[in-house]
Amino acid sequence: MSKPRTDGQTVLESGWGEFRAQMKEWREAIDRTLPPWWSKGLAIALIAIGIVLPFAFSQNSGFMNATIIAVAYVVMSLGLNVVVGFAGLLDLGYVAFYALGAYSLGWFGSDFFFKTKVHVLVHGIAAQETGIHLNFILILIAAAVICALAGIVIGLPTLRLRGDYIAIVTLAFGEIIGVVAVNGTDIHLGGGMTLTAGNFGISAVDSPYFPVIGQFNLLNLRPWYWLIFAIMLIVLFVNLRLRDSRLGRAWIALREDEVAAVSMGIPSVRTKLSAYAMGAAFGGMSGAFLGTYFTTVNAGQFQFGFSIFILAMVIIGGLGSIWGAVAGGLLLGYINYYLIPDVLNSLPSKVGLNFQLVTIEIGIYGFLLVLVMILRPQGLIPERRRRLELTAEIAATDTELAEPTAFHATGETAP
Amino acid sequence: MTTETAAPATAAVMRIDHLVKEFGGLVAVDDVSLEIPRHSIVSLIGPNGAGKTTLFNMLTGLYKPTAGRILLADRNITRARPDIITKLGVARTFQNIRLFGAMTAVENVIVGRHARMHAGIFGSVVRTPRVRREERQARERARELLAYVGLDEDSFDLLAAQLSYGDQRRVEIARALASEPVLLLLDEPTAGMNPQESANLTAFMRRMRDELNLTILLIEHDMKVVMDVSERVTVLDHGTKIAEGPPEEVRANPRVIEAYLGAQK
Repeated sequence: MSKPRTDGQTVLESGWGEFRAQMKEWREAIDRTLPPWWSKGLAIALIAIGIVLPFAFSQNSGFMNATIIAVAYVVMSLGLNVVVGFAGLLDLGYVAFYALGAYSLGWFGSDFFFKTKVHVLVHGIAAQETGIHLNFILILIAAAVICALAGIVIGLPTLRLRGDYIAIVTLAFGEIIGVVAVNGTDIHLGGGMTLTAGNFGISAVDSPYFPVIGQFNLLNLRPWYWLIFAIMLIVLFVNLRLRDSRLGRAWIALREDEVAAVSMGIPSVRTKLSAYAMGAAFGGMSGAFLGTYFTTVNAGQFQFGFSIFILAMVIIGGLGSIWGAVAGGLLLGYINYYLIPDVLNSLPSKVGLNFQLVTIEIGIYGFLLVLVMILRPQGLIPERRRRLELTAEIAATDTELAEPTAFHATGETAP
Repeated sequence: MTTETAAPATAAVMRIDHLVKEFGGLVAVDDVSLEIPRHSIVSLIGPNGAGKTTLFNMLTGLYKPTAGRILLADRNITRARPDIITKLGVARTFQNIRLFGAMTAVENVIVGRHARMHAGIFGSVVRTPRVRREERQARERARELLAYVGLDEDSFDLLAAQLSYGDQRRVEIARALASEPVLLLLDEPTAGMNPQESANLTAFMRRMRDELNLTILLIEHDMKVVMDVSERVTVLDHGTKIAEGPPEEVRANPRVIEAYLGAQK
């Protein structure tokens, strides 16, 4: 970090110096409130709390149910954050990966393809049934791979586009997947098997089985929670590592200035596609989990609104901020599955109004989004860079007035 | 594969053959040929709209030429992607500074090193010893380069957007140097600088050339800088090359005077 400044008087002589002193003060204030190990310490504490959390609630409490879904949403918002936040590619079709992830579960973890009989590392009832039954971990990997490939396919036509046009193409793709899911009942794969079950849904999907824990069931939500919590931790770890890597810097460089980025040797096609693939893979993993958790894979689950819902998490949390995506996912997940339906639903009737709060939940999200945009446009937990950028605006106006800085080469040796 | 021995005696770093760029009906660069000798400083001058930056954009792969050929040490890079050209050893700065505003000075320079780094997705997630070493070296190298271009050490970890104009120009040069170029393209490096700063930069260009074994091609409007620093000057006007040669010769060329000042009555 920065060294303490000793020449306090001379600093204040010029506007530039004054600004530097001010910047330093702010930086120190940030350092004071957040010690260098704060993120590590916070992370360890949160993981510990996360692991023991289920013991504070009954095995099938509504709050645990909300938590499981909220954590699954965090995985999605972390995935979308890679595409929208890091690489700056506005993706409005993220629901496509929820759908593909969930269908991966439906295809490879139920008796939907009833003419086949494939079993890989499965236990319990599933091991006797017809259809394809893979171990949940394998399904998770399959979902990630299928979605990564789909992400690349969706990414390809957007490569030559910028900004809003990317949003339109991805939106269309999300809709295409949704429509295919509904009409998949007419896509015959032979032997009476179809691609999807449309709005009837693929039900009786396998629940995960793990040694020691056994078969998951909905009477005890704790194993489900630990499973999605573990998935979330892995995704979070990958995100954190990638952000501070060669690839992560390349994503951010492309977001900041594509022309400059490619001129610095960043291959734009490969870098963008890797962002799409990575983001999609995370979405697919979460989708596969939600498929088995909801015990059904129904075309009606994959609506356009879901893409916006995940995007809202990323924006409310802070675009490009990993911890922001976590916070946004948890916040909206809890509001959607706990606060509105369980806690506040009867609020309108209590004040004499004849409706339930769930009926206006979309309006509530819109209101929250507007509120965040007005009060805290950088998001709840902004990316470090953006936080500094806000103070940088002051810098830009200040330096214009500052003394001219001579261009002098002061380096002593050639590097 | 061409080898060193196959190179012609002139040992040009870059050869541009009959390069043409049309935008619709507009011919921005019209049949320009140019040879950039190794270890030289060559200036590209001309009135506004002469096609200088368009030429730069073709040399770095941002634009695909309509016709003609660009050879980098006998290797044809006419239609190569920008990132490939950077990897082959061409780096540039921009007329309007294009730093990554939300990244620190050091990070900007590390991005400049992208083509010289190898970490993939797996290596980055696992953070293998090799990736760790590469990251550490990139960071050290970035700090060295920032010191070399004369950035104050206090500014290393400031966001690029927070830096003064002069410092941003320095970081841009450091970022370009980070890709370990053979040929450095500077697009109006002294724009917005006062005479003293320009003189310092002129001296620095020579120093970079000698110490880092570079060849420099620059677009410049400041005639003092051009006359001072360049060994050869090429003059473009309306997309065509109207003069070429040592600075004194070009300065005396009537066609150049006409292009800049208008025809004598």
